[in-house]
Amino acid sequence: MSGAREILLGSWRARISLGVIGLFVFLAIFGTLLAPYDPDASSLDLLEPPTWSHPLGTTENGADVLSQVMAGARVSILVGFAAAIISAVIGSVVGLASGYFGGWTDRILDSLENWFLVIPTLPLMIVLARIWNPSLLVLIAVIGLTSWAGTGRIVRAQVLTLRERAFVERARALGARDRYIIKTHILPNTLPLIFANTVLIVAVAILSEAALSFLGLGDPTRISWGTMIENAFDSGAPSEGAWWYLIPPGLCITLLVLAIATLGYLFEEYVNPRLQEVTTI
Amino acid sequence: MSARWLIGKLGVMAATLLFVIVFNFFLFRVMGDPTAQLARLPQATPEEIDKLKADYGLDKSLGGQFVDYMGDTLTLDLGISQRSREPVWDEIKDAIPWTLLLVGTGTLIATIIGSWMGVAAATRRGTRTDDGLLGFSLFTYAAPEYWLGILLILVFAVWIPIFPAGLQMSPGVEFSSWWAEVTDVLDHLILPATAMTLLLLGQYFLIMRSSMVDVLTEDFVVVKRATGLPWHRVVRSHAVPNALLPLVTIAAIQFGLVAGGAITIETIFSWPGLGELNFAAINDKDFPVLQGTFLVFSAGVILANFLADCLYFYLDPRVQSR
Repeated sequence: MSGAREILLGSWRARISLGVIGLFVFLAIFGTLLAPYDPDASSLDLLEPPTWSHPLGTTENGADVLSQVMAGARVSILVGFAAAIISAVIGSVVGLASGYFGGWTDRILDSLENWFLVIPTLPLMIVLARIWNPSLLVLIAVIGLTSWAGTGRIVRAQVLTLRERAFVERARALGARDRYIIKTHILPNTLPLIFANTVLIVAVAILSEAALSFLGLGDPTRISWGTMIENAFDSGAPSEGAWWYLIPPGLCITLLVLAIATLGYLFEEYVNPRLQEVTTI
Repeated sequence: MSARWLIGKLGVMAATLLFVIVFNFFLFRVMGDPTAQLARLPQATPEEIDKLKADYGLDKSLGGQFVDYMGDTLTLDLGISQRSREPVWDEIKDAIPWTLLLVGTGTLIATIIGSWMGVAAATRRGTRTDDGLLGFSLFTYAAPEYWLGILLILVFAVWIPIFPAGLQMSPGVEFSSWWAEVTDVLDHLILPATAMTLLLLGQYFLIMRSSMVDVLTEDFVVVKRATGLPWHRVVRSHAVPNALLPLVTIAAIQFGLVAGGAITIETIFSWPGLGELNFAAINDKDFPVLQGTFLVFSAGVILANFLADCLYFYLDPRVQSR
């Protein structure tokens, strides 16, 4: 895996991205412990601009903005990674089955994939999240179940070309079973692609979680960056000019998504050299 | 040949739409329990709930409900909003023009600026301009569009109050002329349309840039250059028209993204379109409206895909000769 190491440490973009992701993963684990205040605790300092005791000011309830931002990392990281894993598993299974077995399996799964690619994702997520009542698990399920189609399509294309390769035909001629061929020949050659794609899905999942939380479909018992923006907007922070409350949560989402997407593109470029010409970032 | 192509595409579109309608039924009847909505009346007696069930047709068998639903949906009877007691289709009909205005303006501006940026970056690959434009577009991709919208309100409606912070026109104003009304709407349109543009700009830029890089390496560009045509003429008259092709179609296909953006951006700016209707329905658990807007968003994306196919067919001679 010297290639992977080169991607992760080879360029300043990759190093900064890794640093940003590392910081937010650290906050996701220890954020609530290190936060200077209880993120839910209200006080009488309502919507105060930054001071020494509240470096990022306070919310409309007098809670500490910095503490909320630190605590909010957990939901984004958790939902982002868990939903991306669900999406990767569904996408890989569907793509493998559809590409390897062909015929009717392919026809049905491929139209399912096409259909999921066409359906507008956010409205579908909203409907699902509203039908099941919002919680962390529902957010993960809803995002995972709706964002696998792109992965499925990429895996299917890769499997279609692998299936015709000489080493697979050789294995089949020697009497190898489908299970064996998929396990030893198809999957190992598809995994890097799945991995690169999943990293990009993490970025999409974090944005989806933030949007759903912003629309009031987040887990009501946990603070997330999306919920913070919702609370700030609903409490009239824009007209109060409360920039200290509005900017930090959105900036955290942006930085985390930017870092993850940058790594994803670098991985994608590595596993798919055809892209190197086109999308150099 | 082209009639057969059109009929095939129309067939696919109709089938996808039908699947969406069927899916919509199962989504709301099977995955969610429709009687749960009725149980929102805390003091309702069993008799009252039975009467409500009969009103909504929920006392019939699932098959009977399905037949009713299909008939109603195909005649645009999408039920009654639980919040306003108005027919859902009437609310949707009033909202569609506002969404089209916002989405259309945003898409148009994003296409123009995005393709201009893409050409600038592709012809200066690896320079500081290229890096800067790439960085900017990645930032707009990663930043939530509603957050950018709120920042626009903060800066241009609160700190420097030059634009209204919300709504589609000034409330309670008698306009002296139609022109005054149009300028008032345009004044209200600027900030939400900017947010919509920022949502789409990054993707359009990346597509135009990579498409332009591709085209610039093609033989005909080298040949044109060899005939002694100045470089800027080669770019403007020969490379750009060819590179625009993917952008035009992807702009149409990206309508799914636009639907999501419409929900959040319209919510921020109280813009009375489909997205705001959808948002109000989320909060009120107004399932008929939620179902109706989901149907219209899906139909819009499917229609946009179809139009993109037609546009591609019209613009690219290679597709026609296939």
